[in-house]
Amino acid sequence: MTTGTSAFTIAQADEPFIRWDWIGRNLDDLWAATQEHIVLTVIAVGVGLVVSLGLSIIALRWRKTYTPITWVTGILYTIPSLALFAFLVPITGLTMLTAQIGLVSYTLLILIRNIVAGIDGVPAHILEAARGMGYTPRRMFLDIQLPLALPVIIAGIRIATVTTIGLVTITALIGQGGLGFFILRGLQFFSAIGTTQILAGTVLSVALAVVADIGLLGLEKLLTPWARRRVTA
Amino acid sequence: MIRLTEVTKTFPGTSKPAVDKLSLSIGEGEVVVLVGPSGCGKTTTLKMINRLIEPTSGSITVAGQDILSMQAHELRRGIGYVIQQIGLFPHKTIAENIATVPSLLGWDKVRTDERVAELAQLVELSPEFLDRYPGELSGGQRQRVGVARALAADPPVLLMDEPFGAVDPIVRANLQDELLELQSRLKKTIVLVTHDIDEAIKLGDRVAILSEGGHLEQYDSPGEILRNPANEFVADFLGSDRGIKRLSLIPISEIKLDPGPVLSRRATREEALSVMARYDIGWAAIGDGADVEGWFTADDLEGHKTLRDVKARSFQIKLKPEDSLREALDAVITSHTAAAAVFDGDRYLGMATVDEISREIVQ
Ligand SMILES: Nc1ncnc2c1ncn2[C@@H]1O[C@H](COP(=O)(O)OP(=O)(O)OP(=O)(O)O)[C@@H](O)[C@H]1O
Ligand SMILES: [Mg+2]
Repeated sequence: MTTGTSAFTIAQADEPFIRWDWIGRNLDDLWAATQEHIVLTVIAVGVGLVVSLGLSIIALRWRKTYTPITWVTGILYTIPSLALFAFLVPITGLTMLTAQIGLVSYTLLILIRNIVAGIDGVPAHILEAARGMGYTPRRMFLDIQLPLALPVIIAGIRIATVTTIGLVTITALIGQGGLGFFILRGLQFFSAIGTTQILAGTVLSVALAVVADIGLLGLEKLLTPWARRRVTA
Repeated sequence: MIRLTEVTKTFPGTSKPAVDKLSLSIGEGEVVVLVGPSGCGKTTTLKMINRLIEPTSGSITVAGQDILSMQAHELRRGIGYVIQQIGLFPHKTIAENIATVPSLLGWDKVRTDERVAELAQLVELSPEFLDRYPGELSGGQRQRVGVARALAADPPVLLMDEPFGAVDPIVRANLQDELLELQSRLKKTIVLVTHDIDEAIKLGDRVAILSEGGHLEQYDSPGEILRNPANEFVADFLGSDRGIKRLSLIPISEIKLDPGPVLSRRATREEALSVMARYDIGWAAIGDGADVEGWFTADDLEGHKTLRDVKARSFQIKLKPEDSLREALDAVITSHTAAAAVFDGDRYLGMATVDEISREIVQ
């Protein structure tokens, strides 16, 4: 350890690419961050779904509103997330609300498009039969249209969820980042500790997305047994 | 039961009415078939009866009540509706599909389940299907479910728009027979739309022939329409074979049967050959009065002096008196003989001959 060069070399040799010991020491924090990540995602997609359903019903009821609704949510979707947070922080602060406003607005376009497409995709003759037998519009929506649109709606929820899980890592910038916290902090170390944190945050976040996607797919299969049991003759 | 008075429908954005001042009265327990070329307004007329389409002017009453004075969904729950595409709900089991209107009417579970089972039996649907989804059924089975669903709350009126249009001819014929059978028990007031004149003739107590714009060209029993087409349009629509079509409406019991070439076992070979010659056919029947065993050909007589030991062949086709002349004609033609034997159970009644049948065609 006489020269800087050799010190650097030794440091390289000593330190492995990943510091498993760091992971071992921080399991509790990782687990807490994962939970926070899940909570942020569930709230964002849940609120997004409620808002989207409301806006979709308006769009379906008054067709003329569909274009403006997709236009506005489309703009929300294209605003860079960093810019959005920069704009919101002075108003709502470094809070969960700020994070959620951002996260929710990114789900809207995807969810509304899928809900409307799903409802529109219900064959006309099925609706005619329902109306002809005395369904009221409201009951028909809940009992016929919504269940039949479910596969398309869940497909939208899957995309929205996976997107949100990725976006949550960015909300770490305003102190609400779940696993993003480790990625952000890891960037501040030029060492294996840093790499380890970045990797841990990334891998867990990706794993979360994969599990959520598969879980939602399973939910869809569970909720639409009729779509599977189809004869192929 | 249903009365349309000067009913007109002009769709928005069109100048010519799809249905123009149509008046039509349909009696209770009657099957009325609306038939006519594509686009003549059949579906529009039918849908105005359950207000899926609102008339532009005119009035419609069902069971004496002006339908415009009722809530549309209340009206519809009291009218069975069957469409060509059936429109079963793919996410509901067959039992749930059949129970649609009872559930809208808020029936309890016990009553609903009982009714579903009863209906499945009525339309000859095996109970094992009740827990399946529509996607797992054949076209014919789905159509039965469609009819069961329409009948679920026992509505007095049934509207059917080309109900058998989407199934193959054999299944269609079966479903038509089943509908007639059902109707003989249920006595519903049925309005059925088709563009198949043969189906109209087979199913209708009365047939309304419509031309473009929902103009009523003729409204009468199938027999009367075939016998006396009101005008050129109707005659054209019925086609040049309307004489033969009419045969399907007349039962064999309506015509005079020929005693036919029937000989007893005691008859001699010469007697048998002379009877065949008189009838100008190559065969004769063996029997005594109403008791006929079978038939034989001239060749079968080889080596026999009398009919005592001649082997009797059995009849391949035995017509019944309630069969139509159309079936009799088919039997005569397919058996390559000039006559077909008619039996009432085991009792021989006589022969339906081409001469007698064709007398009905030209009439
Ligand atoms: N919703 C609508 N808007 C505008 N025009 C319509 C509408 N529905 C039907 N029409 C028109 O009204 C006329 C009658 O249509 P309708 O569906 O009653 O005919 P149809 O006799 O049932 O024919 P098909 O045998 O082909 O079913 C047609 O010219 C059709 O194009
Ligand atoms: Mg039609």
